[in-house]
Parts: sequence; structure tokens; C-alpha cells
Amino acid sequence: MTRLRINLEKCVACLECIDLCPCNAIQYDQTAVYIDQSCTLCGLCFSKCRFDAIHYKEVLPEKPSTENKMNTAGHKGIMIFGEQREGQLQEVVRELLGEGKRLAVQLDTTVSVVLLGMHTDALAKELFAFGADRIFQIDHPLLDYFNDELYADMIVQVVRQYTPEIFLVGATTYGKSLAPRIASRLDTGLTADCTRLEIDAEKRLLKQTRPAFGGNLMATIICPIHRPQMCTVCPKIMLPIEPDFEKTGQVIKPNIVFSKGIKTKIVEHIKLKSNHANLSDAEIIVSAGRGIQKLQNLELIRALADCLGAAVGASRALVDSGWIAYSHQIGQTGISVRPKIYFACGISGAMQHLAGMMSAKYIIAINKDPDASIFKVAHLGLVGNIEQIVPALINEIKSHYHY
Amino acid sequence: MNIIVCVKQVPASATVAINRDTHTMIREENNSMINPFDLYALEEAVRHKETHGGKITAISMGIPQTEDLLREVVAIGADHAVLLSDIAFAGADTLATAYTLASGIQKINVYDLIICGRQSTDGDTAQVGPSLAEKLGISHVTCVSKIDEISKDCIRCHRLVEDGYEVIEMRLPGLITVVKEINEPRLPSLFGLRRAAKAEIPVWSAADINIDLKLCGISGSPTYVIDTFTPDYHVENEILIGSPEEQAKTAVEKLSEILYTVGAF
Repeated sequence: MTRLRINLEKCVACLECIDLCPCNAIQYDQTAVYIDQSCTLCGLCFSKCRFDAIHYKEVLPEKPSTENKMNTAGHKGIMIFGEQREGQLQEVVRELLGEGKRLAVQLDTTVSVVLLGMHTDALAKELFAFGADRIFQIDHPLLDYFNDELYADMIVQVVRQYTPEIFLVGATTYGKSLAPRIASRLDTGLTADCTRLEIDAEKRLLKQTRPAFGGNLMATIICPIHRPQMCTVCPKIMLPIEPDFEKTGQVIKPNIVFSKGIKTKIVEHIKLKSNHANLSDAEIIVSAGRGIQKLQNLELIRALADCLGAAVGASRALVDSGWIAYSHQIGQTGISVRPKIYFACGISGAMQHLAGMMSAKYIIAINKDPDASIFKVAHLGLVGNIEQIVPALINEIKSHYHY
Repeated sequence: MNIIVCVKQVPASATVAINRDTHTMIREENNSMINPFDLYALEEAVRHKETHGGKITAISMGIPQTEDLLREVVAIGADHAVLLSDIAFAGADTLATAYTLASGIQKINVYDLIICGRQSTDGDTAQVGPSLAEKLGISHVTCVSKIDEISKDCIRCHRLVEDGYEVIEMRLPGLITVVKEINEPRLPSLFGLRRAAKAEIPVWSAADINIDLKLCGISGSPTYVIDTFTPDYHVENEILIGSPEEQAKTAVEKLSEILYTVGAF
């Protein structure tokens, strides 16, 4: 049943993977290396195998049990969760519409949005402008403010009635809380924080790609038998289309039943300006990683940000070390950003970090290790010690722009 | 108050530094650990127990060796720990994991509150908590950064959201996932370690928790990884050479061009 295979033609029995395996699942019987049943498929071994001898492919069960087999043909169309807060559409919804449109063309199908809230007619117009073909609108005072239980109840009913083949949710705090509840009730698959979506048109499959295994590599995931194929998508990665405010579409008011006895109540919503350190709207971001080496050097980063009028970001490593608040964390588990210019200072470039900043228009990396992976994605690289490069940059900027 | 804390064994290597010269991991003695986020969940349960009494049961789905980590969990302050371990559970995605944990928790039966870490450091999905709540038919709150109070049948807590936080009341039984802002986890005490050494940690198999084999492990997982790869970004890049001053000079000249083309000013 193990899905990892060792290619014995490539394996040189260096046995490094045996040491590496956290589950002690790799064995050597003097003739060959093999993987036993304690494998949890964490993926550590194959991402580290220097001989590319461990494979993770061809993982579909050879005969999917007919009992589990769902009639996927009955499911058509792409559906999107139209997340709104206080009557404002979340930016990620426009991005999902853009991406949904692109996918829909390949599947020759339509894009619809589930819009929950109160007095949302204006949003419906906006959704059409950004590419929605159909809107499932449920307007009700109880839906004015996000509530996991209620929203999940509504969406599950709409999905069951209108059977989309794909359901996309923005990977916001609400989206990431709501989507697993829906997927769990529908007993379907859910992929978290996707950064790329593609279509296998022949099989009508959504190929969902996300950073995996501690950010060392990307994994492409499919949901072959269950419908809808669900995923949450990182904000600030996909692109919205040019809006066309002349465009209209069909508004459907689905028949739904309100469940009784909702057990969660939002008492208060306290807004704090500093929560995301103004990163999401910043045009320039200066980010620091563990490569800055000393806490004092964070002041250099702040000084560079100051002279550029930039916001300060950080890698997960720096946040985990307690040097800077979580609100500054950029990446898969922090915030995703799309600034015009992104300075990565002392950031090695783990996939999880890249997932949160890859859509920056121009990336400048400063790192003393010329082999750091951040240089593979940077448009401009400066090689050297942060303590020397950053002050030199600040001086140069100040003289160049006549501060 | 009966609290269940869900924990996961994760590879310690995910957080261990890589030696850049040899490209090997700088390894510590143990190469697996308790998911760091789960330690916040455990700490919060222990704190509640200290002030209000009650019982803490830790549960994990994992390979047999996870028992060692569950002993650590007992040393930190859990009263009991249960391990769900069976070959049938291997290869589970978040849905199958939630189902398996739910079956284990149903066997434990008595609980008021379930606390999970927000996510694991290896899978990073943050999906198992809400998915588990759904399988158990209870409510949930994610990203909890503070618990105001827990009464007999209600919890009042703060959920961290993008622009601040919400104060949420949830009727119990319910599930919360916690973020690291919530507390500062403690280390095991000497007394705890002694207790843990003697603790009995039951290992429940698929048969023990009366589980549908079609719904757990690889057979119960709707999602499959079909490919993994290191992305090739194809960025046309320029790596500067020279002294810091020379590099800075070239960089700022470039920057002026870029600022013009990308229109940052």
C-alpha cells in the first residue's frame, strides 16, 4: 500500500535516507533498500535523495473501489466562495474569478459565485463585472457577518443542489476555517493554500499545486473520484481580469433551509491597525530573514525600509525566533503580498516564503550565500554581508535621492 | 471539564538547519518531535486544569513510535494519552485523518473541549481541526489567541483575523485551534517525567475504534499527490559582484529604472 517507490536502478544504497527517515520506515536487507509500512509519506526521503531514486508518482490505487466511485459526470462548473466583509468583496474573490475563468475555458464550462450576506446586490454587479456567469445569492440578516456554522450550512446546500465539479475558496482566515468544514461534510478532498491551478482537460481534473514538506518542494495534488474538487487558494497569486461593468448574468436565489441552534456567536470584532503591519497594501516591502544574524541588524532593515517608505516583512524563521511579531510574517503561513518591489534580506528562499511573495513585480535579494535559492527567483541579487550591504544601500539611496 | 488535546508527530528536520557546505542536515539526537503548535494547545489545557481542575486526554494518530512523544505530553501535564496506530491509517490526507481522530475521540466519549494546534509544521494545511469538528458534529473556532473564560457549557475566546480579532462565544462541546500568541509552553517537570515513565499509553488499532476501513488511511483519502518538483522560476536575473559600495551603487541605479518601469512612485 506504500506509495513511495525506490528505483533500484538509480539507488546506490548510500543509506542516507535510512538515517533521515523520521519513521524508521526505510530498511536495508543487504541487497536492496525498501520502504516498509511505517511510512507516513512525509516525503522527507525523496526530497533529499541525491540520486533521485525515490519516487512519489503513480500513486492512484490501481482499481479504485467502485463503491467509492462517484458519478463525476453529473458535476459541472466552477463555483467560488464570494467572501465579503462589511459589504466589501475580498480581493481574493476577484483573483479567484480571474483564475476560475481561465480554468472554465479549458473545461468549457461556467463560473458561479456563492454570495452570502445582507444587501449584497451591489456586490453581485461587481462579481459579474469580474467574470461571474451566475450568482447564487442568499441575502439574510443572519448572514451579514461571517459565521462558520451558518455559512457552511448554506454552502453545502447550494453545492448539493447545483453540483459544481470545482469549488474554490480564498485562503483567508475565514476561508481556511470554512472550507475544511464544507469538505468534511461533503466527504470530498481539500487542498490547502494552492499557488497554482491547472486543468487536465481529458480527465476533467483540477491539478492543484502547493508548497509541501516543510517548503522544500512543490506538490501537485488531484482529487480523482470525489466531487467537488476543493481547494483554498493563496491570496495575491492569481490575477483578476479587467472588469467589464456592462456585463450581467443570472442571479439565482437558491432554496435553502436555515439550521436551528447555531452554537457560535461573534460578540465583538476589534480592529487593530497593526495586525498585518500594512503589508498587504505596501508598494515596497523590505523583508528580513535569519540571515540577518543579529537582532540589532533588524534596525538596519527598518532603516532601509524607512528611507524607501517601505513596510517591513519577515520570514517564518525570524518570527519563530521571536525577533519580530507574527503580523510581519510573509509566506504560506503568514500573509501573501504582491508589492511592486520586494527586498529579501538574509532570506534563504524556502518555498513557503516564496509562496507568499513570488508575485512581487521586482525582487531584490541580498544574501551572503551566492547559492541561496532566493537568487533563483530574484531579478537582482546582491551578494554579501547584510551588515555591509544594507548600510551601503541606505547611503547610496540617500545620496541618489538627495535626502 | 474534560479536555482533549490533539497532537501530531512531525519530522524535527523540517525546522533543522541545513549545512550549506555539505547540504546535509544539522541533526539533533531525535529526528521527530511534537508538532510545535500542539504544545500551545497542550499548555492552554494544562493552564485551565491548574486553575479549574478537570482532566486532559491527549490523542494522536501516528506510527507506533509516537508513543514516546505521547509520554512527553503526559510529562508536560496530560492525564492520559491515547495513540491511534494501525497500518490501515497510513497515507491519510486531512479528511481521513479527521475521520480517524473522530473515531478515536468517540471512543474516549466524554469531552467538553477539544484543543488543536492551528496547523502542523509538516503538512501545514490547518484543515484537520475544523474537519474533525465537523466529523464530530460540534462547533469550532480557529486561530484562537486568547481564552477569556470557560464555563460549564460555553467558551469565550479571541480569534485572530486579518484586521484584528473577534471575541467569540461558542457553546460546548466544541473545538478550538490555537495560535502561538496564546501562551508560552512549559517544559516537562521532573515529577512529570517520572509520572510519564510509568504512564500506560493505550494503542488503539482500527478494530479497537470500530472504524470503516474504506474511510481511513490511503483508501479514505480523496486527494493524491501526483507529482512533486522543485519549481523552475525562469527569472531573468542579474547577480551583482564587487564591494558592498559598488554593488549598492549599481543596485540603486537599477532601482531608479525599476521604480520608473513598475511605477512605484
